Amino acid sequence: MSDYQPLRPRKGPIGRALAPVAGFGVTLGSMFRPTVTEQYPFEKVPPKPRYHGRHQLNRYADGLEKCIGCELCAWACPADAIYVEGADNADLAATDGAGAHRSPGERYGRVYQINYLRCIFCGLCIEACPTRALTMTNDYELAGPTRAGMIYEKQDLLAPLAEGMLAAPHPMVEGTTDTEYYRGEVTGPTAEQVAWVREHRPDDPTVEAAARVVEGEAPPPRPTRHRLRGSATKSAAARAAGTAAAGAQREPEPGTDAPTAEDAVRPKGVHA
Amino acid sequence: MGLEEAAPSGFLLTTVEDVAGYLRKASLWPVTFGLACCAIEMMAAGASRFDLSRFGMEVFRASPRQADLMIVAGRVSQKMAPVVRQVYDQMSEPKWVLSMGVCASSGGMFNNYAIVQGVDHIVPVDIYLPGCPPRPEMLINAILALHQQIQDAPLGVNRREAAAAAEAAALEATPTVEMKGLLR
Repeated sequence: MSDYQPLRPRKGPIGRALAPVAGFGVTLGSMFRPTVTEQYPFEKVPPKPRYHGRHQLNRYADGLEKCIGCELCAWACPADAIYVEGADNADLAATDGAGAHRSPGERYGRVYQINYLRCIFCGLCIEACPTRALTMTNDYELAGPTRAGMIYEKQDLLAPLAEGMLAAPHPMVEGTTDTEYYRGEVTGPTAEQVAWVREHRPDDPTVEAAARVVEGEAPPPRPTRHRLRGSATKSAAARAAGTAAAGAQREPEPGTDAPTAEDAVRPKGVHA
Repeated sequence: MGLEEAAPSGFLLTTVEDVAGYLRKASLWPVTFGLACCAIEMMAAGASRFDLSRFGMEVFRASPRQADLMIVAGRVSQKMAPVVRQVYDQMSEPKWVLSMGVCASSGGMFNNYAIVQGVDHIVPVDIYLPGCPPRPEMLINAILALHQQIQDAPLGVNRREAAAAAEAAALEATPTVEMKGLLR
């Protein structure tokens, strides 16, 4: 192999003398480039809007749930992470009062569980959902010390009640069917619904805000969604991580929110 | 082991607990142990963009004897299970296990005969992290939660009392086979 000819020309005497320390040039040069490190728990860089984070069960503007307990999400799930059990809205009359509904129409999801230790965040459940009840949020901070605690129940997944929404169960808006709900023609609670809730659950905390919406003193409710917890100081981050470890960090952040992805994406084939 | 074994339960022991917890959580060294795709995210968490060295744990030790955190990153096949257990046994106390990703935590979408349905069948897991794979932020979040667990860990007398209380609670608890969940 003595006839080897290097492709690159040989360096001159100065280049050869500096060769052992030439690598430090890279180190030195990178000192003057901007830092790429993200200060994660202290400054959170939000993921892309369509990031597949944890799920959320949405609500209609009057507070009724969108989930109809059809189990299509559970059937679509490749990891068998979802368990749904539906029930009849008519059966609510015995416990919650005549005419009570949890979702518009005939059925509602009585049991809804997602096992986050099986879920692979593929989004096939979202594609399968016929009422767009199930969507995904940008919250990815999921960790827990127990396997049982990582099974999220319906109350953990339901979207928080926005200001002005009336807590379910209560009757549907009079004169509507689930079709009107689905077309987005229900924009908030009505006086009859507020009166019904006042009669059956006088101490319901959402009645007053809903009544203000009915009287026109407050704007109609906007749907909210679970959000990534905000950037934290060092101690607050440790505390938040601690409560997350205790399996308690599931409360959604209430409050006003920019228009959600749910607003932007209409159900397929529906033009309100 | 040391001072904490001799100290009586009281302010001295709790002070030792606080200091030991602070030191332990601030120098957690993970073992280099990647099993599948989650290991790519684990490497990303150690690289410059997410930079685990901000939390004193950039040194992924190649020898389990020098490590005190095992991040089980990926699905554990039945054939790999004895190896995982051996790596865990070779680590020196105190040691912790983080089950990263759904496959390590519960078998995930691989519900079949080849995959161990949760690494807690072979090693005790301190914290579970879902995701397929979890992004590096999720891993850091889980590690911070584990840091808090380590900080709050009792020692000496308190540790024995906590273990006894946990055992008593486990004996009282409903067995898993009898849990009916929300089924009617």
